[in-house]
Amino acid sequence: MLSLSSHGLRSSSDPSRRSFLITMLGAGVMLGYAKSTLGAADVMLEALSTNSARSVGDLFEPTIWYGIDPTGTVTVNIIRAEMGQHVGTALARIVADELEADWRKVKIVTVDSDPKWGLMVTGGSWSVWQSFPLLSRAGAAGRIALIEEGAKLLGVPEQTCTARDHAVHAGGRSIPYGDIVARGSLRRTFTSEQLDKMPIKAADKRRLIGRNIVAEDIPSKVDGKGRYGLDAVVEGMVYARPKVPPTRYASKVVSIDDSAAKRVPGYLKSLALDDPSGTVPGWVMVYAETFIAANKAADLVNVKWSSGKAASISEADIQKRSAELIADPKGGSLLVDDPGVDAALTSAKQKIERTYTTSTVMHFALEPVNALAFEKDGIFEIHTGNQWQTLILPVLAKALGRSQDKIVLRSYLLGGGFGRRLDGDYTVGAALAAKAIGKPVKMVCTRADDMRFDCPRSPSTQVVRMAWGDDGRVTAMDHHAAAGWPTAVMAPSFMPKGTNGVPYDPFASQGADHWYSVGAQRVRALRNDLAEQTFRPGWLRSVGAGWTNWAVESFMDEAAHAAGADPVKFRLGMLDGAGRNAGSAPSSVGGARRQAAVLARLAEKVEWGKPTPKDVGLGIATTFGQERGMPTWTACAVRVRVNRINGHVTVEKLSLVIDAGTVIHPDSAEAQVEGAALWGLSMALHEGSEFVKGQPKDTNLDTYALLRMGDVPDVEVEFLPSTEAPVGLGEPATTPVAPAIGNAIFAATGARVRHLPIRPQAVLVALAGGS
Amino acid sequence: MTTFDLNGKTVSAQSPDDAALLWVIRDELGLTGTKFGCGIGFCGACTVHVEGRATRSCITPVAAVAGAKVTTIEGLDPTGSHPLQTAWLELQVPQCGYCQPGQIMQAATLLKDFPNPTDQDINAVMAGSVCRCMTYIRIRKAIKLAAARMRGDTSHA
Repeated sequence: MLSLSSHGLRSSSDPSRRSFLITMLGAGVMLGYAKSTLGAADVMLEALSTNSARSVGDLFEPTIWYGIDPTGTVTVNIIRAEMGQHVGTALARIVADELEADWRKVKIVTVDSDPKWGLMVTGGSWSVWQSFPLLSRAGAAGRIALIEEGAKLLGVPEQTCTARDHAVHAGGRSIPYGDIVARGSLRRTFTSEQLDKMPIKAADKRRLIGRNIVAEDIPSKVDGKGRYGLDAVVEGMVYARPKVPPTRYASKVVSIDDSAAKRVPGYLKSLALDDPSGTVPGWVMVYAETFIAANKAADLVNVKWSSGKAASISEADIQKRSAELIADPKGGSLLVDDPGVDAALTSAKQKIERTYTTSTVMHFALEPVNALAFEKDGIFEIHTGNQWQTLILPVLAKALGRSQDKIVLRSYLLGGGFGRRLDGDYTVGAALAAKAIGKPVKMVCTRADDMRFDCPRSPSTQVVRMAWGDDGRVTAMDHHAAAGWPTAVMAPSFMPKGTNGVPYDPFASQGADHWYSVGAQRVRALRNDLAEQTFRPGWLRSVGAGWTNWAVESFMDEAAHAAGADPVKFRLGMLDGAGRNAGSAPSSVGGARRQAAVLARLAEKVEWGKPTPKDVGLGIATTFGQERGMPTWTACAVRVRVNRINGHVTVEKLSLVIDAGTVIHPDSAEAQVEGAALWGLSMALHEGSEFVKGQPKDTNLDTYALLRMGDVPDVEVEFLPSTEAPVGLGEPATTPVAPAIGNAIFAATGARVRHLPIRPQAVLVALAGGS
Repeated sequence: MTTFDLNGKTVSAQSPDDAALLWVIRDELGLTGTKFGCGIGFCGACTVHVEGRATRSCITPVAAVAGAKVTTIEGLDPTGSHPLQTAWLELQVPQCGYCQPGQIMQAATLLKDFPNPTDQDINAVMAGSVCRCMTYIRIRKAIKLAAARMRGDTSHA
């Protein structure tokens, strides 16, 4: 139903649609793609015959994915942000495996922004899934070219040659890749048709994929040498800290009084930023020679703002608006709209309706947002960690009043992404600060600045209904999901249209379009305008699926109990793979039956059905991760102990079974599942904030709680072996944890909670029979 | 001006007395391995050793370390191969990595006080160190692995 193409994310510059080019450029061989607009093979060959690297570059601007130099070093260019997923290692190993490269001779380079890379985004758990087809074929093409040229140099027919261990071998002789590059004349093009059909290795012939190695980014993360955005410096820079206005939008500076700040040694000045892009309205930048001074001065600068309507809006107002939107049968976008839903609900003797809500959640990436910005040789350079360069570049262009080709984002390690850095708004503040003062500026937000400027996960409200027929079979399901929509605010062109022609934010609805066969189904997504006027909704780890599944999977449990069925059997009965839930190539082969398989394996693993001690309960939930076009089949069981006196919930054990198709780097994959699942736990029991008069209530760890060491339960993770297409792993394990906890609380005590986060007080109320 | 010992070298900081040691180390003295997370001593990303004790540098005025011995992640081991660092590598602990210098510095004092730490010891001493990527499971494993090696117990190796 949903796929990357339906989001419009397969951009016109999609490199997989270009012809593939292998050529000598300078001292090495480069392997990349020529622009499809010029991409006829003849044109390329003509260009290559000019024997000039520059003319090749001029004509084709070949997008270079990897190169091999005469020493044999393979350099793989990584366009994805390194933010904890070890993505460079995973992507380079995809190339190296097909290339039959020696991993010790593979180097990874994280590149800066450049239009030649196409869409630069690191999010959605897409990186490996998106890149695997492209990079594996690119590796295979390189191997073929090396074999052809190696055969010539060895003076043998290429059919007798094999590539292995960074060399081409034939009849006991071999020539290393470096020598082929140094001595040969590598010229080869592959049309996009040839590339599409490029055979990649059979799964059992892989030598790197599926095997562990210490990821390339790790050594610099244990000795303090890793360079994050916060560590970026340039000669002559000054520091700045923003005064973040009282509302995200519509705040205007009335006056700036910096008389007290002038006593701070090193204080320079305070300036209201003029932002034609509207990204940082009402920002005042406090400049000083050091951050110590800027930080101190900012506390002393007194700014008065006029701040507009949002300053009177709080969380309850936003949730009330969601409830109103849901109550109105008109409006919204329909993701699924089968005929007969209302008829089934009206006529059913047995039906249930439940409402689920979630509070605002903060990103709290540990590195507060920051950026170094300066103009050099006519180019505006932004040094920072960022997840979506392609999205923020046009905004920067508008803010700075210059064209995108005069702006570059230089890549650094990210001190946490989690979707916060998909929104590059902080780069705009830094860039405008540098432009305004005419010097390089290092802008650093304090934690409170970062929190107040966050694009949090919107509060949400969902209403779910189910109907049963006289024979006890489920006949209809109706799901309404309302929240602020991040994609509508930040990337509206990425919103697909629902069946009623109304665009929807896939990242505020996916998950509700589940793989259960429920008879007539309707999924309606509603955009909370009041939320969007109050704050900037953000993409936060697992985005919509992080809260839609709170409803879906809590509801499935409630429905099972309402039907007198076992919650696992009830789900398995509906994960039949019928109709639209059959799945399809390439990414969802097997469909709902694979979801049933992870759930069945989980039930077996946790000995589902075995009695538990008093006040201890086991809860399960299952999801498909992020989106139907890229399902990561996920099942989770949680064992909780509930204290009936104080309502405290202790998670004792978390068990996950995942089918993510082919797993490239098993240890990193497991790490992502561990981290994602604990995020789910943290958001379920510890996190959660609320908007109070246009501002998030919590601005630091004195009041905002995160999961800490002593809160971590036993965690067990099992991947089902698979050679299907690799899918995403950064987020999916976040999605089933909260409902599994809620279901476990019910199993332990019979008390049902329907709001996230689950606070002890809510458990006590539920125990007392309320909800 | 404050003079102190930083990773075995005597340094003199020009920053005001009330400046946080964190920013003095990072911005004035150029050692950026120590990180800024919360600024109120609640996350542990800024943890350094002062006279061998884990200290939150973001809330420590530089004047407070006058004459003292300060160690940062860069100075924990001359070759970056403290048993904790090698255990962190082997178990692939870091994800984004931003908190890990602080985690390692905190864990180093944990192991001085508790050479054979129980889970409760680890919970208590590491409670102030937040990992937003939630690498806690591996942090715990790596602490135990390093502890075993430091005790000369090779059964964990």
